[in-house]
Amino acid sequence: MTNAPILSLDQLTMRFGGLLAVDSLSFNAKRGDITALIGPNGAGKTTVFNCITGFYEPTSGGIRVTHDDGDSFALEKLPDFKIARNVHVARTFQNIRLFAGMTALENLLVAQHNMLMRASGYTVFGLFGLPGYRNAEREAIDLARHWLEKTRLTERADDPAGSLPYGAQRRLEIARAMCTKPVLLCLDEPAAGLNPRESDELNTLLRSIKNETRTSILLIEHDMNVVMEISDHVVVLDHGKKISEGTPDFIRNDQKVIAAYLGVEEDAVEAVEAEVGL
Amino acid sequence: MSAEKTGKSSVLSHALKDALIAGIVAFGLFILLLGFLTDDSRGPLQLRQRPVLLASIVGMVFVGRFLISLLYYNAPALRHWLGKLWFAICAFAARYKWQLVALMFAVAASRIYYAPQSWPLALIIVATTFIGVRFGFSAALLVFAVLFPVTFYSNPYYLGIAIIILTYVMLGWGLNIVVGLAGLLDLGYVAFYAVGAYSYAIIAQAYGWSFWVCLPLAGLFAAFFGVLLGFPVLRLRGDYLAIVTLAFGEIVRIVLLNWISLTNGPNGIGSIPRATFFGIPFNPTEAGFAATFGLEFDPTHRTVFLFYVILALALITNWVTIRLRKLPVGRAWEALREDEIAVRSLGINPTNTKLTAFAIGAMFGGFAGAFFATRQGFISPDSFTFPESALILAIVVLGGMGSQIGVAVAATVMTASFELFREFEQFRLVIFGFAMVGIMVWRPRGLVSTREPTAYLKERKKISVEHVAEGRG
Repeated sequence: MTNAPILSLDQLTMRFGGLLAVDSLSFNAKRGDITALIGPNGAGKTTVFNCITGFYEPTSGGIRVTHDDGDSFALEKLPDFKIARNVHVARTFQNIRLFAGMTALENLLVAQHNMLMRASGYTVFGLFGLPGYRNAEREAIDLARHWLEKTRLTERADDPAGSLPYGAQRRLEIARAMCTKPVLLCLDEPAAGLNPRESDELNTLLRSIKNETRTSILLIEHDMNVVMEISDHVVVLDHGKKISEGTPDFIRNDQKVIAAYLGVEEDAVEAVEAEVGL
Repeated sequence: MSAEKTGKSSVLSHALKDALIAGIVAFGLFILLLGFLTDDSRGPLQLRQRPVLLASIVGMVFVGRFLISLLYYNAPALRHWLGKLWFAICAFAARYKWQLVALMFAVAASRIYYAPQSWPLALIIVATTFIGVRFGFSAALLVFAVLFPVTFYSNPYYLGIAIIILTYVMLGWGLNIVVGLAGLLDLGYVAFYAVGAYSYAIIAQAYGWSFWVCLPLAGLFAAFFGVLLGFPVLRLRGDYLAIVTLAFGEIVRIVLLNWISLTNGPNGIGSIPRATFFGIPFNPTEAGFAATFGLEFDPTHRTVFLFYVILALALITNWVTIRLRKLPVGRAWEALREDEIAVRSLGINPTNTKLTAFAIGAMFGGFAGAFFATRQGFISPDSFTFPESALILAIVVLGGMGSQIGVAVAATVMTASFELFREFEQFRLVIFGFAMVGIMVWRPRGLVSTREPTAYLKERKKISVEHVAEGRG
C-alpha cells in the first residue's frame, strides 16, 4: 500500500480557443477519501472531469493516478476508454447517460465488458457456450445483483433503464460505474435533481462505497448538504482557478469562497480579487 | 321470378338472423375475456376497458357469420376469396395473441375454404396457441421452411421464389447486425454481397475448388472489405456515415465494372461452377446425383438442394446473431447504439466494437453473395446496384431494427410481394411505395417494435421501442 495520493493534478490547463477553462490547476485527492470539487456555474469543474477521464486532452499539465500497489499512470495522453479499462477510473455524467433501451441489469453487464470479453475468449468460446464463459457470466450477474441491491434497484432490474424514475437513473449510473470495479469514482453532480430524502440516501450510498470498497471518490456537486456532510476534502474552483481548498468546515467559513458564491460589496470584491491575484 | 325473389330475401333474412345470434354469443363470450383488462404495468392495479377491441371482434364475428350464411351455398368464387381473406385475418389475430379468436376463425375458414396448402397456417395457429407466441411462431415457421420443398416439390416456381426470399432473409439478418444492433446506418451493404459473389466466382473458376471451400473464403474476403470500409468511417455518424457507405457501395460496383482483366467488366462472369452435392454434380450423367442415389434425373433435385443450402446458411446467420447478442460483443454493439460516450466511459474500445460489427455483417453478406453466384451461374455488376442495398435496408427497417423474426417476415413480404404483383408491371413499385408508407405510418419502428433483453434476473420483459435508440451511427 503506497502513501501517494490516488489522484494528483499538476498545473492542469485546458484552453478552448481563446477561452481558458482550467488555469494551471493543481490538487491532490487522498486515497480512500471523498474529495469534492465545487464552484459556481462555469467554473470549469466538468472540464476538469473530462480531462481526468480522457474525454478532453488537456492543453498542458499532468494528471497522475497511483494504484494501491504503487503502479502509477499518467492520464493526460491516454484515450478515454483506456483510462477506464487500464487505470480503472469510472465516471458518471451530469446529464445521465444510461443505455435507455437496455434493462438495468444489462446496463450493469455492459460495464463488465472487458472481464466478460476475456472470459468468452474474445467471443470464440462464448459463441459455443463453453462453461468458462457461463461461469464468468454468472459471476457478472452476481456482481450486478450486489450493486442493484446496494442502490435499491433489484425490483426494477428487468425494466429498461429509460423507464426508471430520475432518482433511480442516477443511482443506476453509480451502480454501473461501480461494476467496472474502479479505484477512483468520478461523480458529476450525482445529487442534481434529487429531493432532500433522495440526497440523504445518496450520502449513505457514497459513504458505504467509500467504507466497504475503499474506492476513492471525486465529486462535483452543487448540493451543499451532500458536499459538507460526506466530503473529507473540498477544492473550490472559480473561473478555472483554485481559490480555496481544505476541510468542509474550513471552506464553509472561507471569505473567498463566500465571495465567489454569494458575491459581496464592490470594494470587498476588489480586495478579494487583489488577494487571489485576479 | 317471384319464387326466386322470395328465395333471395329469405336467404338474406336467414343470414341476418344467424349473424345476429352469433354476434350476441360473441358479445357474451368476449365482454369479460377481451372487454376488460386488469393492468398493473403502471403503478396500482387498474381495470382498463377495451370497447374498441370488443366491438371490432363482435363486428368481425357478425360480419363473418353473415357472409358465411349468405355465400356458403351461393357463390363458389366469392367463397374462395373469402376463405383466403379469412386466413389472413387468422394470421393477423394470431400475431396479436388472440389465439382464441384465431382458432375460431380457422375453424370457420376450414369449413368454407379447404386447401392442402393451408396446413402451415393451421400449424402456426396451433403452435402459437399451445407453445405461446414467442416460440410458437418461430417454431411453426421453421417447420414450414424445412418441409417447404416436400409440399411444393412439383412446383419449381415456388421453390425458386423461396430461395430468393431466403437469400434476402439472410442478407437482412446480416445487415441487421450493423444497422439494427450496432446502430450504424449502412447504405452500401450490397458491396459485400458483390465481393462475396465475385470472390466465389473468381476463385472457383481459377482454382476449381468446390463450393464448400470457396464459401468461407468469400466470407473472409467480404469481412476484410467490411474492416476496410469500417476504418475510414469510424469517426462518422448518422447522415455522414450513410453517405460514405453509399459511396463505398458505388466504388465497389464501378471497380467491378472497370477492372476488366479480373471481372470481365460489364459482361460479367459466366459459367460459374454449380454447387455440387459434396462433390456429386447434379446432372444426368452416370456420376450425377440422380444416378448415384438410384433416382430418375430431375432438375428439381438441384433446386431443392440449393433451397436447403440457403436455408442452412440463413439459419447459421440467425443462430450466430442470437448468440452474439448475448455475448459481451453483442451487448457492446447495442450499448454503442444507445450511447457511444457512455460506452467509452466503461472502458470499451469503440473502434474494435464497430469494426467487428462491420466485419461480421459483411461476412454474412459475402456468404449470401457466394450462394447467389453459384445459384445463378452468372454474375455481373448489374446485380449489385444501389436499389439492392436500399431493398435490404428497407427489409431491416420494416422488420423492426434488431428483431430477427421481424426481419424474416419483412424479407418474405417484400420479396414475395414483388412476385405477387408481377402482373401489375410498372405499377409494382407504386404499390410497393404505398405499402412502405402505410407500414411506416402504422408502425413507425417496424413490424416488431419490442426489444428482447439479453439477460434477466426474475422475468424476461419485452422492452418497448420508445426507450430504444434508433442509432445515429
